[in-house]
Amino acid sequence: MMIEGVWAALFIVMLAGFAGYEVISRVPVILHTPLMSGSNFVHGIVLVGAMVALGHAETGLEQTIGFIAVVLAAGNAAGGYVATERMLEMFEEKNKRK
Amino acid sequence: MEHVIQAAYFIAAALFIFGLRQMSSPKTARNGILWAGGAMGLAVVVTFFMPGLHNIGLILIAVIIGTAAAWISAKRVEMTNMPQMVAIYNGLGGGAAAAIAAVELFRGQIHFAEQHVLILLAVIGGLIGAIAFSGSMVAFAKLQRLISERPMTFSNQQMVNLIVLGIGVVTGLILLFTDASPIIVIFFAAALAFGVMMTLPIGGADMPVVISLYNALTGMAVAFEGFALGNAAMIVAGTVVGAAGTLLTQLMAKAMNRPLSNVLFGAFGGDQDGGDTEVTGSLKEIEPDDAAIMMGYAGKVIIVTGYGMAMAQAQHKVFELAQQLEEKGVEVKFAIHPVAGRMPGHMNVLLAEAGVPYDKLFDLEEINAEFQSTDVTLVIGANDVVNPAARSNSSSPIYGMPILDVDYSGNVLVIKRGRGKGFAGIENELFYADNTRMLYGDAQSMVNDLVQSVKQL
Repeated sequence: MMIEGVWAALFIVMLAGFAGYEVISRVPVILHTPLMSGSNFVHGIVLVGAMVALGHAETGLEQTIGFIAVVLAAGNAAGGYVATERMLEMFEEKNKRK
Repeated sequence: MEHVIQAAYFIAAALFIFGLRQMSSPKTARNGILWAGGAMGLAVVVTFFMPGLHNIGLILIAVIIGTAAAWISAKRVEMTNMPQMVAIYNGLGGGAAAAIAAVELFRGQIHFAEQHVLILLAVIGGLIGAIAFSGSMVAFAKLQRLISERPMTFSNQQMVNLIVLGIGVVTGLILLFTDASPIIVIFFAAALAFGVMMTLPIGGADMPVVISLYNALTGMAVAFEGFALGNAAMIVAGTVVGAAGTLLTQLMAKAMNRPLSNVLFGAFGGDQDGGDTEVTGSLKEIEPDDAAIMMGYAGKVIIVTGYGMAMAQAQHKVFELAQQLEEKGVEVKFAIHPVAGRMPGHMNVLLAEAGVPYDKLFDLEEINAEFQSTDVTLVIGANDVVNPAARSNSSSPIYGMPILDVDYSGNVLVIKRGRGKGFAGIENELFYADNTRMLYGDAQSMVNDLVQSVKQL
């Protein structure tokens, strides 16, 4: 693992936190719902962690829970993507028609 | 391979932030989700090649099941029901974070140098994730009307909630020193129960804020599990969403003029007194034909839409009505309150779906000064966001919330399903005003009647 200890990770958290705050702070109200949906998709990255958890699972119980984790996480990612895409599609059409 | 995977995670994390940035401007928003989607695909694909990963077949099956189920449901759902679907997908993410924590706890060996720290992080992530999971599911059930939207309360509720949360926290701390299965089970059961109990007392009108809050919580849970697994992509993406979601929650709470603590702990519309003003006047009904004449011969009409329009799926008819009026030479604008519908921007999305051009949609600040020069304002399924009590009655629960000043326009037409009160459970004196006429009925069929009547003018 490349991260050297908790401190390096804490610095990442601080910087990522500011990035998230900045990204949202100048958003027009009309994009609040798509953006909430979009950020909902982004935390679908939990799928990667779920895959690792299932990949390391040994007993039947661990495998079962890991399997559930991957199904749930894949649902988060796929559902979040399609929902966001459908919302933003409308904005795209609008721009073209103008 | 380790370096290739880390490089891919690095690129994915950067693309997530870039994608979110693009999503925050209407022009580039569409590209934003495509970039973020590409990032997700990259991160998932390289993870399959992670050294020492077992159960590849199981992983593949699980990914396919989860993806297919969510993909199909998200494609099929009506745009109107999107808010509760966002709640579900968010809940799934929280549940996944909690399940990861469960796997790691049952394995009993999070083998890194600072073991206690890592277990603590996994436990915190599991607690938050489980709360976000069950809370989101209750939010979904409320919005889908599977359970009552009204706040559900019982005596000593906050005390009971606190005890349940306390059990979760204490058992979580015990898990730092033992991996006994019963403790793990009690820990997750308490967290799940708390998510449910925390959400039940919150009314339907506040759900958007709550969903946004759970979205931020899931982000944080993912970041914590990222710590526990030593996965930088999860740490970055989770933290970004946690921060962005927290800000978004605050913006939404502010738009409703409701401090977050009020949303979470002050069951709205229950037995608050002073909310109901003595309303004078009477409700005056009008026939669709007469309403059509009022609008058809007006110079300027502003249409205000609310959740009632969304519920009735009336957005297409509403746009048709606007087009008909414009053919008669009427100037038509749409006024959108920041919290109309179930999420900020929900109305914009629905009206955009129906084909209403962008430049006809106006925010509260842009349009509020125009009501005085407007002949007719048509209110469709909106209530609290046009309630003048927010301006005038300091004892009203919605006092201070910015509202659309529709009562200043020449005439007000209100399409309403029944004579009941709004989500906030308070009377709306606008409906009793001298210049207001009521059209009772389902928004879709009522707007349809108006369209037919306007055509015949």
